[in-house]
Amino acid sequence: MSVITSNLLDETFVRLQEEGKTAFIPFITVGDPDPATTVDIIVALEQAGADIVELGVPYSDPLADGPVIQRASERALVRKITIDTCFDVARETRTRGVNMPFVLFTYYNPVLQMGLDKFFSSMQAAGISGLIIPDLPVEESGEVLALADAANVSLVPLVAPTSQDRIAVILSKARGFIYCVSSLGVTGERATFHEGLEAFIKSVKEMSDLPVAIGFGISNAEQVRQFSKICDGVVVGSAIVRKIEESVPLLQQGHSKEEGLLQIRDFVRLLKS
Amino acid sequence: MTQVPDEHGRFGPFGGRYVPETLMNALIELEKSYRHYEDDAEFQAEISYLLKQYSGRETPLYYAERLTEHLGGAKIYLKREDLNHTGAHKINNAIGQGILAKRMGKKKVIAETGAGQHGVATATVAALLGLECKVFMGEEDTKRQQLNVFRMKLLGAEVVPVLSGTRTLKDACNEALRYWVSNVHDTFYILGSATGPHPYPMMVRNFQRVIGDETRRQILEAEGRLPDMLVAAVGGGSNAIGMFYPFVEDTDVQMVGVEAAGRGVDTEFHAATMTKGTKGVFQGSLSYLLQDAFGQVLPAHSISAGLDYPGIGPEHSYLKDIERAKYYPITDKEALDALHLLSRTEGIIPALESAHAVAQVVKLAPNMTRDDLVVICLSGRGDKDVESIMAYTEGGGIL
Repeated sequence: MSVITSNLLDETFVRLQEEGKTAFIPFITVGDPDPATTVDIIVALEQAGADIVELGVPYSDPLADGPVIQRASERALVRKITIDTCFDVARETRTRGVNMPFVLFTYYNPVLQMGLDKFFSSMQAAGISGLIIPDLPVEESGEVLALADAANVSLVPLVAPTSQDRIAVILSKARGFIYCVSSLGVTGERATFHEGLEAFIKSVKEMSDLPVAIGFGISNAEQVRQFSKICDGVVVGSAIVRKIEESVPLLQQGHSKEEGLLQIRDFVRLLKS
Repeated sequence: MTQVPDEHGRFGPFGGRYVPETLMNALIELEKSYRHYEDDAEFQAEISYLLKQYSGRETPLYYAERLTEHLGGAKIYLKREDLNHTGAHKINNAIGQGILAKRMGKKKVIAETGAGQHGVATATVAALLGLECKVFMGEEDTKRQQLNVFRMKLLGAEVVPVLSGTRTLKDACNEALRYWVSNVHDTFYILGSATGPHPYPMMVRNFQRVIGDETRRQILEAEGRLPDMLVAAVGGGSNAIGMFYPFVEDTDVQMVGVEAAGRGVDTEFHAATMTKGTKGVFQGSLSYLLQDAFGQVLPAHSISAGLDYPGIGPEHSYLKDIERAKYYPITDKEALDALHLLSRTEGIIPALESAHAVAQVVKLAPNMTRDDLVVICLSGRGDKDVESIMAYTEGGGIL
């Protein structure tokens, strides 16, 4: 593996590991319900104890996402949210004192249309240290990985229980952390997980020195606690996005916005407890 | 010309496999199985048997004398895919993939459908082979194609109306892929067009090439030479690639793909991917795509539900870029005029999709001579569209 300079994402995992903690990683869709509120939500997430945040770029055809995140994408796209909006939001949160690392979650086509060079220079300028592209498997990621490395952006791979023989190849190109997909299917809350999951995570951990996070379907405090025991990071997406969806009426009125943000903060605190 | 696709599923720069990690293994397994059976004599014999005895192949290559005379130019033949069982070329591919599913030990199949033709073909083959079948269909299309929805139900399939996005074909594809991600262990996805991630564009082409193979044999028998021009409608592009592929090396044979211009390529309401699209990654492969500057996929429009798709199969993008095939847009109105013309001159009501191909020939044939041989792929019959045509007419349209 080539030598990669460490970035804020790597440093955060090192610090958490030293403290014996698991990274709590919320996912939100940028621009849901609007960019200014997204900035407020990110501030609230850090106050609630988030260690890293995944910034979802809304997309017209989110293949890997279930209905909750699809709806968030649709709400955001009404406002013509682009990748550039996501960069603006990231920069804005820094002026509001947010310190945690950002991981951009985007489908490949918006990146391709921006142009890879411009995309990565903007990533660097916006201070985003990680990148997840759910529809860019390792076989197609050569050029993106080289540019990501050059920009000191960690291209975080997804690994699924069905990856089997491909796991070794995926891990050999992994940066930042390994994102283990908890189960087959799209994103969305799940009540139960399949039995082989723990063994799967264990085998991934044995094959790589990078931190291992789990995501897809994790939606309550009990599940977060359970996975925190065996993973270095836990991603919660749809459950938080659903909470945001429920809070949209509050968030969009000046007088009730604080109440809406408070509800999101409390919900996330509860998840982490 | 080099063999496409290469081992990465690339047709030049196009194609590939841009899908969530959860699907990669299923696609690799599918490719392996397909490669294994591709040259298996027994597998091929089973397909040939069903194409002949069940679907009624070979389909005629019919000399459309009255249409030829009416247009007063090129000599026009119709490849009668509309005479297949279920009324369109889609059955060729559904039989191939259905048998492959069975060989792979899958008990359940899923499919996406726009016009309903591929859904009906899949439901039919599922009934024939004893497989459980679910068809994803945009809610908008379930309204436009109520008869096909009912046909699928009669055949024992479950029709799942898709409420996401634009509620048309592209969203039905998304939903089928999402369902497949969750159920890869026991489910086979019978994809209906020459689109999607590798190996689908290659596999669908190979199951559809029977159209071109037969045409070649039949035109040689009828005319003693190859045609000068092949014309076929393109949505995703499966009937066109099936017709074109066996002629790709014959550079004297012009290949013309016809896409839907809807209300016009300068309006927002069209599906003219080749005329107005740019390169992008969509539903698993790199190809031309209707999208905005930020890479968001634009909604497509066509009176024909089967052409109402913002993408196109990667091999067509390749044929366009190497200038082996040309692609032209035809509006809703031009297609309806052509449907009208073919119905009146030949007693054949074509599907709205196929009417686009006829419309392009209406434009081209008068400028050609009787020595020029043109073959139109008449991909499907028009019964399913009668209601849409009536609605259009009552809405102040032509006829």
